[in-house]
Amino acid sequence: MNINWELVWSSLGPLLTGAITGTIPLALASFSLGLLLALVVALMRLSRNRVVSAVARIYISVIRGTPLLVQLFVIFYGLPSIGITISPWPSAIIAFSLNVGGYAAEVIRAAILSVPKGQWEAGHTIGMSRHQTLVRIILPQAARVSVPPLSNTFISLVKDTSLASLILVTELFRVAQQVAAFSQEFMLLYLEAAVIYWIICLVLASGQSALEKRLDRYVAH
Amino acid sequence: MSPTELPPTEPASPEVPVPEDALLTVRGLRKAFGQHEVLKSIDLEVRRGEVVTLIGPSGSGKTTVLRCLNGLEVPDAGVAEFAGQLTVDFSTPVAKKQVLALRDRSAMVFQHYNLFPHKTVLENVIEGPVQVQKRPKAEATQEARELLARVGLAGKENSYPFELSGGQQQRVGIVRALALRPQLLLFDEPTSALDPELVGEVLAVIKELADEGWTMVVVTHELAFARQVADEVIFMDGGVVVERGHPDTVLRDPREERTRQFVDRLLNPF
Repeated sequence: MNINWELVWSSLGPLLTGAITGTIPLALASFSLGLLLALVVALMRLSRNRVVSAVARIYISVIRGTPLLVQLFVIFYGLPSIGITISPWPSAIIAFSLNVGGYAAEVIRAAILSVPKGQWEAGHTIGMSRHQTLVRIILPQAARVSVPPLSNTFISLVKDTSLASLILVTELFRVAQQVAAFSQEFMLLYLEAAVIYWIICLVLASGQSALEKRLDRYVAH
Repeated sequence: MSPTELPPTEPASPEVPVPEDALLTVRGLRKAFGQHEVLKSIDLEVRRGEVVTLIGPSGSGKTTVLRCLNGLEVPDAGVAEFAGQLTVDFSTPVAKKQVLALRDRSAMVFQHYNLFPHKTVLENVIEGPVQVQKRPKAEATQEARELLARVGLAGKENSYPFELSGGQQQRVGIVRALALRPQLLLFDEPTSALDPELVGEVLAVIKELADEGWTMVVVTHELAFARQVADEVIFMDGGVVVERGHPDTVLRDPREERTRQFVDRLLNPF
């Protein structure tokens, strides 16, 4: 097989632009919103109020029990039929945030539960309310525990953003498809896209180790 | 409903008249976890400046008494009264505010220290004074440094708990409680998690606090400590007070057979 190096070189610009203006901002925005949502859902799930807890449980179940691609299509192609039309970018961010919200909620819930009960009691004995203890004592410790699983979620998300190409969001994979269709060099372009995804994930993984090390100082051994 | 109207399931513990200078009076304290009755009508008086130690086999309910006093458990019945300031009747639906008010008057030192691992020693100590009591940070920090120095931890202000020995961690736990300026200190087996050679340094600190006049209730297995420091020893078994009195009496010449057996077993484990 002859490698068309000229094409590799000339397509690199558009592909990287797709990653930088599409994939990365899409992943960052969806992950941030998704984490906020996940924290709320995790706390709802831990609530003593049964209705609140049940709502959270159903939400998590639906998100985890249906394909992300289906969720994406329902929002972008489905909602217009009941009069709600959302353009590609917001559709993608909504779908990915909802998805992260469901998965990360369980991670955060488990992390909160992993903090020993004695930490709640220590918070209470110095006079803190439940809310104060949660925010100042429990969540910082839960954060350390949830770094590895949440990194997993984030790395999955980066790759899943390629699905947004199917609802016309211009990101790395959609650019690769366009160049491939134009040049008929499918193998080359898709491998090139794969390498770029891989490099992004390598950077994220090393960021994870650094973050873990930093936060390690603050936990009991 | 007064506590004397509660139908006792066990013979009531011996009545002690309420002393004039009582700081805390507890009557008829009951607590069950499911079917299991952990406390079956406990009475307790703690005078200002007095050290009361609770001894007894594990499962006797002594830790639960402390936890009830600190609002970490809500008893099913009983009345707790802080002299002239606050009366909480647990047989009525107890308002959250009352539990918090009860908690405000005491501070607990835990068996496993329960320091905040993500905060430095200094941050552990000033967390309550600054975040809860809203005292100025500079003042709280100054006071925390003095307290830490007094228990031999000068220079450890910026260490994290995991960098300290068990004995040092427990001394931080004690300072964290002191910094709240509580009326009553509660110690829940403060040396049980420590290596034997570290027990002494923690007991020495507690003894010093007792000498300074702090009022405290101490759950402990250290009989020598109880004999030296306590004004009153209470022996509990099966959720009731079996015997109470001066340490010389309870620990050397107990009236009750159960007390004698327990003390003998602790003094001669083999």
